[in-house]
Amino acid sequence: MDLLTPELGLFFWTLVAFLTLFFILRKFAWGPILQSLGEREKGIADSIATAERVRAEMSQLQSENEKLMAKAIEERTIMLREAKEMKDRMINEAKEQAKVEANKIIADAQLQITQQKNAALTEVKNEIGNLAVEVASRILRKELSAADGQDAYNKMLTEDITLN
Amino acid sequence: MCRKRLFSLLILAFGLFLKSFSAIAQTEENTAMAAEEQVEVAGEEEKEEGINITELVFGHVSDSHEWHLFSLHGEHGHETEVALPLPVIVYRPTVGFSIFPYNRFHGNWYLDEFGNKISEVSYKGLYVEKNMKEKIRADNGDVVYDFSITKNVLSMIISVVIILMLMTSAAKKYKTASIQAPKGFQNALESAIIFIRDEVAKPNLGHKYLKFMPMLLTMFFFIWVNNLLGLLPGGANFTGNIAVTLCLSLISFIIMIAKANKHFWGHLLNPPGVPLGIKFLLVPIEIISMFIKPVALTIRLFANILAGHIVILCVVSMIFIFGALGKVAGIGFIPVSLAFSVFMFVLELLVAAIQAFIFTNLTAVFIGQAIEEGHGHEHEAHHAPDEIIL
Repeated sequence: MDLLTPELGLFFWTLVAFLTLFFILRKFAWGPILQSLGEREKGIADSIATAERVRAEMSQLQSENEKLMAKAIEERTIMLREAKEMKDRMINEAKEQAKVEANKIIADAQLQITQQKNAALTEVKNEIGNLAVEVASRILRKELSAADGQDAYNKMLTEDITLN
Repeated sequence: MCRKRLFSLLILAFGLFLKSFSAIAQTEENTAMAAEEQVEVAGEEEKEEGINITELVFGHVSDSHEWHLFSLHGEHGHETEVALPLPVIVYRPTVGFSIFPYNRFHGNWYLDEFGNKISEVSYKGLYVEKNMKEKIRADNGDVVYDFSITKNVLSMIISVVIILMLMTSAAKKYKTASIQAPKGFQNALESAIIFIRDEVAKPNLGHKYLKFMPMLLTMFFFIWVNNLLGLLPGGANFTGNIAVTLCLSLISFIIMIAKANKHFWGHLLNPPGVPLGIKFLLVPIEIISMFIKPVALTIRLFANILAGHIVILCVVSMIFIFGALGKVAGIGFIPVSLAFSVFMFVLELLVAAIQAFIFTNLTAVFIGQAIEEGHGHEHEAHHAPDEIIL
């Protein structure tokens, strides 16, 4: 059958044309196209990878932030509690101290009062003594002018001494 | 861009016009011829029908030295063929090359005893013998090597020009703005290229795929564009010609043989783990199967495209077959025939792409088998995968 026998001419021209087309396209079309396709795909893949990485970083950052926040809240609570405790302690201490101080003041005051009282008593005693001596001297002066008086006085003095 | 579109539209419109015109004209010519012959040779049934479908169909699907446009139907059954004569380039060992336009053979034809149509005019010691094919023969019986720019060759040159224009214009965009998103035709081209890369090259060729990408792409687009050009009314049946498919499959076969590695030859000629007796049986089968691959490629593409063309022509011819039975029958059959032919055209559009894909894919499969490395040492021989060699 004629259709099944290949013609030399057509075969030859097809070969020539195909090879020409192949070499020209390889140099001027497929090379640049494939190269830039690869570059673009690489660029896109890189961008996606970068975005993914950034997102991961962001989420990590966020979780870190949350952790920090939680920690801060916890610390704040602890600090508040500590502050409260400290406050209570300080108040108690102050109270104690005030009590001690007050007691001390009271004791001092009492001591002082006693001292003052004693001093006053002593003074009063001295005063009274002086007065008595004054009185006595005056009386003596008057009485001693007579002999009876001297005896009576002596007697009184000895009585007084025994009284002491 | 706009001018180019207009240009392609014009070509399409012109082609459509020609197709309808030439189909009708051709048939009328045949009818007239058959009518003439009917007078001379009475008794043959087919001739009585008034139409010779075989000649019509094979006239359309086979190669020719002229691009037939239409026939002018003059008075008294006289007709003028309007055809673009193409250059005849023949080589005879004794004479050398002779180049001249085909219309030097213009004149009457007679039938020889084998049913061949022979041109009465002989030019430079050459004449034309037409049957299913047009053959240029020497008067003195010399061997004639025909390197003419035939209809198929011209159609192929047009396709090459189209492909070059499309691809280089698209490639320019990549050079200027490689990172930008593709647009327009670049987008369409890119999806085809990525399809070939991801569906054909990568699965079959592995990490060496980039080396073979230019080959596969050229093959795919060459076959596809030529398939489509062949579908254009008035177009040549280029990819439905066995010389073309043979040439293409030989190219893929040669690449396969040239790139085949030790592993491939080892498995082919000395299959491991096979008893000696079986080897005598297996090795010839393997060798035969290696040569059957390109043959299968050749015949698959050739037969698919040729069959498509023949079916479309037959469907269109049905109008004239029925027209020969009666005018009403012919006109009545027009819608049916049109519906069929539109269906076939759409189907052929699909076949054009599918066959281009299959050819490319099988080429990739064969090359993949030839360059496949042993399973044990797959990670050896990592060449730089970026280099484009073939």
